[in-house]
Amino acid sequence: MQVPATFGYELAPDLAGALALLARHGPDARPIAGGHSLLPMMKLRLAEPTVLVDINGLTELGGITVDGDAIRFGAMVRHAEVLDSAVVAEHLPILRDAERVIADPLVRNRGTVGGSLCQADPSEDLSAAFSALGATVVITSRDGERTVPVREFHRGPYETAVAHDELVTAVRVPIRPATGSAYEKVERRTGDWAVAAAGAVVSLDGHTVVRAGIGLAAVGAEHFVAAEAEEALRGAPATAESFAEAGRIAAEHCRPTADQRGPVDYKRHLVGVLVARTCHRAAARARGEV
Amino acid sequence: MEITVTVNGREVTRDVEPRLLLTHFLRDHLRLTGTHWGCDTTTCGACTVRLDGVPVKSCTVLAVMADGARVDTVEGLAAGMAETDLDPVQQGFVACHGLQCGFCTPGMLMTTRALLDRDPDPSPATIREAISGQICRCTGYENIVRAVRWAAEAEQQAATTTEVAR
Amino acid sequence: MSAGLEGVRPPEEWIRAAVDTPRGYGAMKRKEDARFVRGRGNYVDDVVLPGMLHGAVLRSPLAHARIVAVDTSAAEAHPKVRAVITGEALAGLGLSWMPTLSQDTEAVLATDKVRFQGQEVAFVVADDHYAARDALDLIDVEYEPLDPVVDATRALDEDAPVVRDDQDGRTTNHIFDWSSGDRAATDAVFAQAQARDDERVVTADILYPRVHPAPLETCGAVADMDPVTGKLTLWTTTQAPHAHRTLYAMVAGLPEHKIRVVSPDIGGGFGNKVGIYPGYVCAIVGSILTGAPVKWVEDRSENLMSTSFARDYHMRGEAAVTADGRLRAVRVHVLADHGAFNATAQPTAFPAGFFGVFTGSYDLEAAHCAVTGVYTNKAPGGVAYACSFRITEAVYLVERLVDVVAHDLGMDPAELRMRNLLRSDQFPYRSPTGWEYDSGDYPHTLQVALDKAGYDDLRREQADLRRRREAGEDVPLRGIGLAFFTEAVGAGPRRSMDILGLGMADGAELRVHPTGKAVLRVSCQSQGQGHETTFAQLVAAELGISPDDVDVVHGDTDQTPFGLGTYGSRSTPVSGAATAIVARKVRERARIVAAAMMEANPEDLEWSDGSWQVKGVAGASRTIAEIALAAHSNLELPDGVEGHLDATCVYNPPNLTYPCGAYVCVVDVDPGTGAVTVRRFVAVDDCGVRINPMIVEGQIHGGLADGIGMALMEAIAFDLDGNCLGGSFMDYLVPTALECPSWELGETVTPSPHHPVGAKGVGESATVGSPPAVVNAVIDALAPHGVRHADMPLTPAAVWSAMQGRPLRTDLAIR
Repeated sequence: MQVPATFGYELAPDLAGALALLARHGPDARPIAGGHSLLPMMKLRLAEPTVLVDINGLTELGGITVDGDAIRFGAMVRHAEVLDSAVVAEHLPILRDAERVIADPLVRNRGTVGGSLCQADPSEDLSAAFSALGATVVITSRDGERTVPVREFHRGPYETAVAHDELVTAVRVPIRPATGSAYEKVERRTGDWAVAAAGAVVSLDGHTVVRAGIGLAAVGAEHFVAAEAEEALRGAPATAESFAEAGRIAAEHCRPTADQRGPVDYKRHLVGVLVARTCHRAAARARGEV
Repeated sequence: MEITVTVNGREVTRDVEPRLLLTHFLRDHLRLTGTHWGCDTTTCGACTVRLDGVPVKSCTVLAVMADGARVDTVEGLAAGMAETDLDPVQQGFVACHGLQCGFCTPGMLMTTRALLDRDPDPSPATIREAISGQICRCTGYENIVRAVRWAAEAEQQAATTTEVAR
Repeated sequence: MSAGLEGVRPPEEWIRAAVDTPRGYGAMKRKEDARFVRGRGNYVDDVVLPGMLHGAVLRSPLAHARIVAVDTSAAEAHPKVRAVITGEALAGLGLSWMPTLSQDTEAVLATDKVRFQGQEVAFVVADDHYAARDALDLIDVEYEPLDPVVDATRALDEDAPVVRDDQDGRTTNHIFDWSSGDRAATDAVFAQAQARDDERVVTADILYPRVHPAPLETCGAVADMDPVTGKLTLWTTTQAPHAHRTLYAMVAGLPEHKIRVVSPDIGGGFGNKVGIYPGYVCAIVGSILTGAPVKWVEDRSENLMSTSFARDYHMRGEAAVTADGRLRAVRVHVLADHGAFNATAQPTAFPAGFFGVFTGSYDLEAAHCAVTGVYTNKAPGGVAYACSFRITEAVYLVERLVDVVAHDLGMDPAELRMRNLLRSDQFPYRSPTGWEYDSGDYPHTLQVALDKAGYDDLRREQADLRRRREAGEDVPLRGIGLAFFTEAVGAGPRRSMDILGLGMADGAELRVHPTGKAVLRVSCQSQGQGHETTFAQLVAAELGISPDDVDVVHGDTDQTPFGLGTYGSRSTPVSGAATAIVARKVRERARIVAAAMMEANPEDLEWSDGSWQVKGVAGASRTIAEIALAAHSNLELPDGVEGHLDATCVYNPPNLTYPCGAYVCVVDVDPGTGAVTVRRFVAVDDCGVRINPMIVEGQIHGGLADGIGMALMEAIAFDLDGNCLGGSFMDYLVPTALECPSWELGETVTPSPHHPVGAKGVGESATVGSPPAVVNAVIDALAPHGVRHADMPLTPAAVWSAMQGRPLRTDLAIR
């Protein structure tokens, strides 16, 4: 069995303590939450942090709460909690759709919302879903909190806006009226990373789309977003034709690469199909039809 | 560093390297070799144990992260050595031929025990979903689904009998 | 994705089995399960010996490179490292190369160059597993990269790099040409078919990609060389402990009686654990050098990248058919990618062995196949994964080809098969390539499957869905796929089959203790097949005792008679037959003792209802338990009978057994994404007499899941640099419970005429038969898109690409 190289271990007592430990141990230290992205990389020795700062004891980073017109996800919320949450089921079905297809139930018992975002894997479903939702990431350092729109959070594959002595502490998602959302992923097998995936958040005024958020995973979309397709949908009628057109635009602008999950033309095709399908389902949900 | 873990109800204290995986803590340090491993990528679930009641893949948990926690493994499932002491999920796996080589079995037992604790009457689809993070190369899964249904029905029957007796 | 509640309860007889133990055949709870469900199995990695050290293998990151230098000094300086072994060091012991199962040689640790990514380069022995892995990073190997041979279809090009330049005078990557059947007769039929208006030739290029058995337990060993006695005990993951012992004796020059191979509980084998791997040899050398036991267990990537793969057959199949659907002849050419060393296991004298069964289940006038084997810069192997020594490829070829014929003729594939299947009155049947099928009633088996599936209704539903789709409705593409397979298992008759000169007869020993409890010792090795139960039932049925009173000993060469092990579905056909016969020998000895007990002539006794009875004398009978006690007592026995009932036997099978089956698979394809959902799978198997039907069905279930895996997701492809693209369980995908439907099983029973209890092997039937059923279903679903063939695995991308008329090449990196 593959095993990690040696490292030091610190159990953070609380948020302030965690931030102090990260600052003290410098850029080669890493926080560990669920560890389900980091530990496999460490076993492969693709990541060799000198110190792990365990933040699993930080209860202040837990909980899914309604906070005015937003829902706050603590960074340490496990995927399984998102999937089981009644609040999520009511307001953010896109997250429920996404969580059903993220890894597997055992991984979801351990992996966290914050950890997924910080891993910044280009195929990460939650990043695409939060981007579609227009979420905001709360980042805390010893100097206090700052917020970064999720669409500015990812700086590239495996790179984020979080400095080595900072922690993501929460994600805030706005609740919008007359809005529905959906997520769909094509995978080679349950638990596999996406061949391609799309999430849509559609706000309606009657039969008109007043706002659309479209997130894409695994297809090289900048910040996990199909911005041109969102733009095209704004003010458009909520019809199959509009959604198909949004899909076509999203397919044109994403930049997938070929791998064993599929060739480029196929992935582009999937983006078209999945954007149209998720927009359609999101609109239906906005209308309360499903 | 020194850690104290309650394993199958017994508190154990050991000095371990921070990098020691929980799987190896159980297998090599405590000689609880019922917990197996089958991959390096958190895929196969052969190493599944319950950490504070929640089924997790122990190959992707550091032993130090289990400090102060409760860990339950397959060795703790049965109440004793008699056949009747077996947990209903263990009995179900035997009755329905839910195992062949036995390598994935401990992990499957821990997950499905946790499932029944949460949902005493799971549908076949729910059972399949619950074990979808675990690989079995022998059974084609069908008899595992049957085994869990067997256990669910046995437990419901036992509960009904107890109810009637009252 | 899974089916509904229907079929979820086990059959009533299984539920009863949970309570009762049968006297002989029938479903009964497995004896081995008591330890497994408690986590008390004993697998190789569970073995801990006093003072045991831990080994790890350094592997090549490159597919083809010359080794310039290996610097182990930093690793040797690690405080926990006890030894670092290189190819040069092994060369000094004459062990840097070892023979393969196909009369080739294979590097144990590379000396001259590395020939595939993942090849073994050095071996570290350290105090603990973590330190051994750390030390791998401290070994510095300087490589000079060479161009690799990756695409098998280019391996014989003039300018292809030569993989095996270690062999004197070798200038190409060609390994062998082998053919079977009557070429002239076959070509004559094809010439007629080409010439006539009412006949035609149908051709298809069909790839069976490289796949891997991927048992959940990886391979490993604990080697313990006792420096005082000179006895080597090797705990290892082997499906063939006795064959391994003999090969170690031959290769390493160790006296065979000083080698004990113990194969404890095995976490799945599927052919992956037949061969001897370099890591085992390194563990032995490590133990010799350090004087301590050495454990080595590979990780998952090592397992997938270096140990025995399966298939990798590039096939061109041709069928000569009449316009009304009569198959006249089949012609096949195969390019077989054997990787860097020719290490396939092959019990026949032919390098592609059982591929000769490619005529399948059909009544052909003539057939011919030609197979060319080539070296490439890939891991060695080829025969594994429940393949029955290449019958998997043969069945896939012919079953895919028959569906292509049906497609081209516009015929229903069930009707086409029914028209061409062998008839029951043709058995025993000698195939055009010389195989003698023992028994079967193929049309009946197919009909049972069609009825169980509701085939006509399925076709009506499909037609309705196609109509609705044409009308613009958003409904899936429905596909129905059939496969009919004939297997040839139970190798084999020693006159025609061997492994490296070792004949394939199996021994069995049966002891009956004074109180009538029995211990059976067999050479075959369970990897989950439930031998401890099935073989106990065999003995119990012959002796009229309970299976609970029979213990089965296996997996320890010091404790069991010689035999060639468990693979190729041979346990029941060979060791099972040996068991039945040794039990009958015991019964015959018991007859003599019983006669003495009852003061009767042995000839006047008859075996009835589990005891020896004096014919016509009511109450004059003795059970085996009574007879056993008497056999150990002071009872006066006839001259020439020493006492006791114990017996031994060696069973040399007169023929293979030929199980068959008819499978029906129903799939839906999402036309937008290409994603396949398996809705139903009906499997009707005929494996002769079923000793424990519960275990037989379990074997079939597992093989059906293999078929879903191979057809839809499993493959090891390589990029043009020779990098393995299936080197972890994140890249080599095997099915989960969500991809598998609730299997629907049926049976027909045609006993084997030559097996003592009429049983046939079944372990590999479903793995052999299910891939073509799934693929045929997917291709059937895509028929409205004009798709005639696409290669496995039919991932969403492969399905969509086929729909676009640009099928993917699944053995290479997708570009």
